[in-house]
Amino acid sequence: MSRKRHQRHPLASVGLHLALALAAVIAVFPPFWLLVTSFKPQNDAFTTGLLSHPTLANYTHVLADTAFLTWFGNSVVIVGLTTVLGVFLSATTGYAVSRFRFPGMRPLMWLLLLTQMFPVAVLIVPLYNLMATLGLLNQPAGLVITYLTIAVPFCAWMMKGFFDTIPVEIDEAGRVDGLNPFGTFWRLVLPLARPGLAVTGFYTFVTAWAEVAYASAFMTGEDNLTLAGGLQTFVNQYTNDWGSMTAAAVIIAVPAALVFAFAQRHLVAGLTAGTTKG
Amino acid sequence: MTLAAAQRGRVRRALGTHWYAWTMVAPVVLVIGVIIGFPLVRGVFLSLTDANEANVQRDIGVNHIPATYKFTGLDNYTAILSDDVFWNRLGWTVLWTVACVSLTFLLGLTLATMLNRTLRGRTFYRLALILPWAVPAFISVFTWRMLYNEKSGLLNKLLAGGGIDAIPWLNDPTWAKLSVIAVNVWLGVPFMLVTLLGGLQSIPGELYEAAEMDGANPWQRFRNITMPGLRSVSSTVILLSTIWTFNMFPVIFLLTRGGPGDATEILVTYAYRLSFVDSPRNFSESAAWGVLILVLLSAVAVVYRRALRKQGEVW
Repeated sequence: MSRKRHQRHPLASVGLHLALALAAVIAVFPPFWLLVTSFKPQNDAFTTGLLSHPTLANYTHVLADTAFLTWFGNSVVIVGLTTVLGVFLSATTGYAVSRFRFPGMRPLMWLLLLTQMFPVAVLIVPLYNLMATLGLLNQPAGLVITYLTIAVPFCAWMMKGFFDTIPVEIDEAGRVDGLNPFGTFWRLVLPLARPGLAVTGFYTFVTAWAEVAYASAFMTGEDNLTLAGGLQTFVNQYTNDWGSMTAAAVIIAVPAALVFAFAQRHLVAGLTAGTTKG
Repeated sequence: MTLAAAQRGRVRRALGTHWYAWTMVAPVVLVIGVIIGFPLVRGVFLSLTDANEANVQRDIGVNHIPATYKFTGLDNYTAILSDDVFWNRLGWTVLWTVACVSLTFLLGLTLATMLNRTLRGRTFYRLALILPWAVPAFISVFTWRMLYNEKSGLLNKLLAGGGIDAIPWLNDPTWAKLSVIAVNVWLGVPFMLVTLLGGLQSIPGELYEAAEMDGANPWQRFRNITMPGLRSVSSTVILLSTIWTFNMFPVIFLLTRGGPGDATEILVTYAYRLSFVDSPRNFSESAAWGVLILVLLSAVAVVYRRALRKQGEVW
């Protein structure tokens, strides 16, 4: 925004900064506190002081004495597959809905909205039975498919909004040059929609990376757990291993934060395109 | 040309025109059909029976026990709708949804307006404010549980430092309600902030200049330029966030398990409790709750969309 405005009153400026700083502190504090706690000795987890005896014990314990690395690997495989497939499927669906007027389009839009409404808590029992029948329990594929149904509907909406902002003339030019609709989509339109793809990828990644309910229901046995399921074993009714929990939580949050840092440049433009034209 | 041939011709023509569109959406329709469609149909079916843990088909060791539950029509629904539990949970769920969505929206809008101007440290503020989104939700919720801890949590220690008695953040019905709302708002503001900021940035600056030239004060500029400019963005995010909040399972479940008592239990967590926590697990009643939730949300979506269309929005 390079809008030229008359100078703000200094007091107004101070107020603005105070309000924003307060909001920023509230936003940043819990993750920050988690980070601080992870470096405290196990017994000091609830002390208020900042690092009196900083230690890496929690981290070494989590990495060396638990199946954390296995869970991490499982999560990376499942979330990676979900993200790649999710971005691709959202893009094709979003493109079809944006460009073509075909029979079944409005029902499809409703279907996408409807899938957001059916509560996980209720889908989970029949879905568990279905996965058992298909032999997909404890299989990464089972979770990947399930996550796709959570992420793709919203992402397809976002991508539709995104494609709506790309001029149709580009498609027409492609067709004149003898490309079929798939070629136009793949070679001309998709590269232009890169910011939208970044946002879609980010959303899919975060959704799958942070999912708890399905992950703990479908994956059992220490070797098959994902991070979300594994973390539950640190803090349950019987044990309260806050130290390991905080260290594990920090390690889990890092990849999410990295993906976030990569995508955040595009977030504003991407999400807005999706929601204005939704 | 016979009628059948005409029909075939029409089908072929439709295929010829639309086959690539259909191909592009086919995988999504297929996956959603299997993964949502089947459980949905099965859920509706279960809700019309008296299935519970004791009478569904199961295997104990090598013995296969076939299902013995039977069709009971709308009995589950009449039982639920004539019971106060449902209406109490619905009341709290609506309160929870309205409180969360309106607070997140107002905070998001305020912060977005503040950030949408030349300002030193703008990038820093923006990054800090959307940070809660980058942390997986279940980790944030765990962190909040640590902060809320009544005996040794940081919040109560800070209060004690100021000479204030410890607050039972999650152990008193009223405080627990406020606490879960606070956490959900904390989690939800970044999404609102980012979408509304995008909306604000798409409003041409000339409009503001012209209004200023005409002597419009800040409030009038906000009222007559910002608000209409944000209409389409906000209508979509409000609908989405209403749906998400109404079904916000992880926040309530991981923070309070619906407690204390059932003070913070929303419809979804209650349905989950029926089929996973309570004993015997009552699958049919849980399914009926799920169907009711779906019906309620669809009704909200339809009414909301109709209201928007009347104001000239297209969808």
